[in-house]
Amino acid sequence: MTQPTAMKDRSQLRQKQMIAEHYSRLAAAPDTGDKSAYTFVPGNLTELLRSFDLLPVLPEINALQSAMRGKSRDYISTAEKLGHSEDVCTYVKCDVGMMKSGNVGPTGERLPDPDLLLLSYTGCFTFMKWFEILREEYDCPVAMLHVPYQADGQITDNMRKYVVDQLRDKVIPELERVSGKAYDEDRLKEMLARSAQAEDDLVWVLESAKHRPSPIDAYFGGVYYIGPIFTAFRGTKDAVAYYRELREEVQQRIDAGLGPVTPEGDMGEERFRIVVEGPPNWTSFREFWKMFADEGAVSVSSTYTKVGGVYDMGFRHDPDHPLETMADYCLGCYTNLNLPSRVDMLVRYIEEFNADGLLINSIKSCNSFSAGQLMILREVENRTGKPGGFIESDLVDPRYFSAANIKNRLESYFQMIEQKRSGGTQ
Amino acid sequence: MKYCVGIDLGSTTTKAVILRAEGDILGRGITNSRSSYKVACDVALSEALIDAHFGLVSTELERAGISAERKQHLLSELERRFREQQYRGHLRQFAERVRRRVEGHRPAAELPLLQPETPKKDEEGLGEAVDGILNKMEQETPELYCAGASRKSDFFRDLAGGRFMALAEEASRELKVRFDALAGLFDKVILEVENLPGESNDFQMHVRTALETLDDSRNELADAVELSAGTVLESVANVGTGYGRQTLPFPKEQIRSEILCHGLGAHSMFSDTRTVLDIGGQDTKAIQVDGNGIVTSFQMNDRCAAGCGRYLGYIADEMNLGVHELGPLACKASRTVRINSTCTVFAGAELRERLSLGEKREDILAGLHRAIILRAMSLLARSGGIANEFTFTGGVARNEAAVAALTQLVHENYGDVQINISADSIYTGALGAALFARREWLREEGSNGGSPS
Repeated sequence: MTQPTAMKDRSQLRQKQMIAEHYSRLAAAPDTGDKSAYTFVPGNLTELLRSFDLLPVLPEINALQSAMRGKSRDYISTAEKLGHSEDVCTYVKCDVGMMKSGNVGPTGERLPDPDLLLLSYTGCFTFMKWFEILREEYDCPVAMLHVPYQADGQITDNMRKYVVDQLRDKVIPELERVSGKAYDEDRLKEMLARSAQAEDDLVWVLESAKHRPSPIDAYFGGVYYIGPIFTAFRGTKDAVAYYRELREEVQQRIDAGLGPVTPEGDMGEERFRIVVEGPPNWTSFREFWKMFADEGAVSVSSTYTKVGGVYDMGFRHDPDHPLETMADYCLGCYTNLNLPSRVDMLVRYIEEFNADGLLINSIKSCNSFSAGQLMILREVENRTGKPGGFIESDLVDPRYFSAANIKNRLESYFQMIEQKRSGGTQ
Repeated sequence: MKYCVGIDLGSTTTKAVILRAEGDILGRGITNSRSSYKVACDVALSEALIDAHFGLVSTELERAGISAERKQHLLSELERRFREQQYRGHLRQFAERVRRRVEGHRPAAELPLLQPETPKKDEEGLGEAVDGILNKMEQETPELYCAGASRKSDFFRDLAGGRFMALAEEASRELKVRFDALAGLFDKVILEVENLPGESNDFQMHVRTALETLDDSRNELADAVELSAGTVLESVANVGTGYGRQTLPFPKEQIRSEILCHGLGAHSMFSDTRTVLDIGGQDTKAIQVDGNGIVTSFQMNDRCAAGCGRYLGYIADEMNLGVHELGPLACKASRTVRINSTCTVFAGAELRERLSLGEKREDILAGLHRAIILRAMSLLARSGGIANEFTFTGGVARNEAAVAALTQLVHENYGDVQINISADSIYTGALGAALFARREWLREEGSNGGSPS
């Protein structure tokens, strides 16, 4: 991932190195014979793919990287010229535009064509349509795992069995066919054990925001922390080392009584502790972050950092039940939770992290996140008595980030918290 | 006399409210926003100070035992003449700069970037045309300010612009001068004049001349005016708000979001208010407040400013009307034409199409007002709806057709809730800001051991 200039901690350098090596390996794939699978972050089966030596490529990560590098406008425009409507998810258009512009990835190297499209989360209907487009383009095999929605707020045995059966009968045979390798459960178990280890450290880091001042920003900073575990590295030794190192660094910040590092350097006094719901805007990521930092606002918890796993709710990959644990993982990703569960989670965050309120960044492109958000806001306000704020932007289309408006709303929101705190007009 | 000031720098107008130490309103001022925010603030504040001085004249007249009716008459006569003097002052500045440009002199030293006009060959009659226009404007001034005259706007830009353009059309026909050249001249000079420091705008300067033109043989006004003019008003605290608040020459802690200011302003006008709708030039805000005027939640239009006050401005331009002529005309409608688009540009197209189909202007306008309010209703619903008293603020609340559409829709959707609209609704944000300023000042006075006198 792109590094903020001030974040030069060892863990960050390690992450950068991991990413660079991964993309180099992808770029060399046509020569080395390595095979790649395109797949998505929510419900990703990274350990399973890697147990077959398949290299994961994550299109939505490429899209957000393109946005951070200022390339998404052109990519989206390319996709629109091809007939994609203005209303289509901008991750999709950005990815399609990138593909049509030579498929050059974030490190400037060309990405290989997929040997497999692995759709392992179906809660986002757009994902299916996205892969239909890629299938047309690449004419490659597709493996699809149908993941039932947690309509009643829980994972039942039937749901788990339904997913496990598909993994065993559909996905694994397809992976064997594409990779030319046999399913190696012991290898998978080893990786799952490493995943759980890294997950423990990640949760520790996210929970560290309960300190005052919070040593981390769990939304803007959080997107860097979830990088390795949400993408191509879960289950690897590198990921274990990264999270151990990150944990040590955060511990040092706690010991020194320091707040988060922002792209502009160490943050000043912590004035507001905010829980954030919804993905960030990527085209103006730093500007967006600065709007918080300038006001002394720290995100102490966020739901976006749970799209690739709600580990803080207790889930860990369990090496003793490899297929079942992967099923639970796919079923448990944040956008697969029903609205009451999301409200419960946000209320818990506000209480446990001692937050001043909930801020929702409602994303035009993302129905999975945005549907029901106003209801969520009202419910959380009612249950916690803490004020809610609502802003609107988009993932990677710069046309939908109106800096002046968002700043105006954010300032109003922070002042509203301040006013409530000081007891008003009396 | 000490006062606290709140300035609301909006995208269309800049408002100022000044409060006495005791908290009552001393004066209100408004001007059109312009490229120099500082000048806009200064002008709004000087207008509020003028208003305050008129208020002091009024108090003195009361003290002198003059009847309410007589007082009202004297004050309105004085103010009408005062405004005429003010207009003449602006017109002199304007005329001088127009002539300077036509003569090819360098423009005012304080604006060195603007280049002088070099008349083209076919514009040789420009000087003659300009002289004619300016002289006519000068001659028309008494008529513009005679008793009972209605004016298109209170702002010099609108008043002078309307007359200049009309006269320029005549001149271009008669003298064969390009209309574009004359219109361009106006556009450039008005920018210069508007951004000049507002020294020509103080009470003392014009009030004595105004008094001289008035029959005050019973000497009722002179003393009151002298007492008022002699009262020194001293600013002790200020808070800025509004869209341009970041550019106000105030430190950060003296800047408040307009959401908070509208909430507090509305609360101070109508203390049982729980929901506030503000339709401003480029944003619409639905705000929920508690029993202390503290904002509990809000919704604003984002990505797009469709259906805001500027929409009406654009429609007024399309129809060649002043923006405050729209409401009265729409109220004459016999039916409400359904307008689907709240996109300002599309609504313009829809307006032209409806006109070409023979629909009446007033009926179309009624539809346009309803379209704006429908959009505001959606924001209101998103902010949590209306459960109790509801207050409508902002410039659009002055428009009776918008108010009628809103009243109907609020009652349809939320039942028989109390709807509050103050005649001074446009000042709500500035009032909230002034209240914040006063609160800060009281806090400081308290901590310094002083008392707010």
